[in-house]
Amino acid sequence: MKKITPLDRIALLITGLVAAYLIVKGVEGLPDLATWAYSIAFGVLLIAGLLMIINGFDVLDSPWVVIIAAIIPLGLSLGMVIENFPSDWHLAYLVFVVIGFLAILLTRLLVPERAATIVLAFVHGVAGLLIFGLPIVLVLQGVKAPMVLFMSAGGALIGVGGLLLAFLKAGKPVLSAEKIFTLLPWILLLMSVSFVLGLGA
Amino acid sequence: MAYLKTTLQSKLKTLTVKTHLYWQMTKSLQTGLLLSTGLAGYMSARCPYQTWQTTLALVGSLFLAISGSTVINMVLDRDIDALMPRTQKRPLPSGQVGVVEALILGSVLSVTGIGWAAFLSPLYGLIVFAGLFFDVVVYTIWLKRRTPWSIIWGGIAGGMPALAGRALGLGAIDWVGLMFALAVLLWIPTHIMTFSLRYREDYAKARVPTFPSVYGERVTSIIIALSSIATAIAMAFAAYGIGITWGYMRLLIILSCGLLALAISSMVRPSFKMNFSLFKFASLYMLSSMLLVVLGVL
Repeated sequence: MKKITPLDRIALLITGLVAAYLIVKGVEGLPDLATWAYSIAFGVLLIAGLLMIINGFDVLDSPWVVIIAAIIPLGLSLGMVIENFPSDWHLAYLVFVVIGFLAILLTRLLVPERAATIVLAFVHGVAGLLIFGLPIVLVLQGVKAPMVLFMSAGGALIGVGGLLLAFLKAGKPVLSAEKIFTLLPWILLLMSVSFVLGLGA
Repeated sequence: MAYLKTTLQSKLKTLTVKTHLYWQMTKSLQTGLLLSTGLAGYMSARCPYQTWQTTLALVGSLFLAISGSTVINMVLDRDIDALMPRTQKRPLPSGQVGVVEALILGSVLSVTGIGWAAFLSPLYGLIVFAGLFFDVVVYTIWLKRRTPWSIIWGGIAGGMPALAGRALGLGAIDWVGLMFALAVLLWIPTHIMTFSLRYREDYAKARVPTFPSVYGERVTSIIIALSSIATAIAMAFAAYGIGITWGYMRLLIILSCGLLALAISSMVRPSFKMNFSLFKFASLYMLSSMLLVVLGVL
């Protein structure tokens, strides 16, 4: 495991501060549930960043990381659904988020890894597609300003980070562990900045 | 002329070395954290009389009183500090500062701090004095070498700056101030017990009773986790009582959830690494909470 450097810590600290800013600021005019969904997603990012600053990248060895990390795309996609979809969809997607999270939790703890990976890929896939695709659709329809595409960029970055870590954990790394952990703090920072810009729009 | 220059340079060097040693004896990080609780307590009162002069006087008086009591504690604990590898390089056990010199320094700092505090407000002065009394007399002199439960009194002393700051702002003691002090009180066992787990052999050498030596590591880990949970609850009540804005409250709730999750993990699977993470996160949590309180009332 790569030893964390002062530069990595600085990037993670700025990521944490950006996440904290998003939680405090919220997004004007949103229903409480959307604000909480975004806040919980950024809260996980903030706490993960702080734990990496404290303990280094060893934190990512914990089997709980996969489960807790799922909260980030689930929270962000829930926030986006509540913000942009008709109200009939809100409860349905909330149910998907809750069941999806519980399914990831239970399959990680109870069933063989192959089955658990299928569940994880499905839940992450749906949430990831929403985060990446919804802003593009909204801009193409002229509903939102182009700045909202930064949300898609954030979604793509979180996807790249997640895939790099997932392949590394599966023993088939796309890049060396050293390179992945050098990139990770900056991917997280860029992701959080993208969401600040996207949500600001 | 050359002689004068050499003498002046030598005096300047001695002064720099002394200042560095004295600074070490004030445990600047710990003092800074307690100072931040006092400042947050004061700012949380949102009193109409907040001025930069009073704020500076609060910071000055608290800094002097807290660092004074820390220096006096170092004088009183110099024998056990000399026995523990972690502390034997401190200025007193290593002989870099004399006992009388340190005692004079500690007394001057304490008396000046308490005097200044009493001048600002008798109630504020009384609470600052109570903090020093609990820390030096009850915790260090009376209980530290007799029972591991002494940390409760150390915790009460640690909670006094927050209570004092709030009392200075309000002119009275209220339940929010007490809750603030309780949050710090409950955080202190996390701090001290993690140290006593990490340096268990050191404390055994010095024959200082600690929770790990008396009740075992498992019980200590559980108490650390429970006290972290209680800290988060007390802090949430204090923040609610202060009425910080909703955005800051949301961030505080999320940080509290992080602390709770770490505490529960460390109860379920206690390990030294987990405890140390909890200890560091709890310190960061305390500092962040104080900052949030200040920002949340501005």
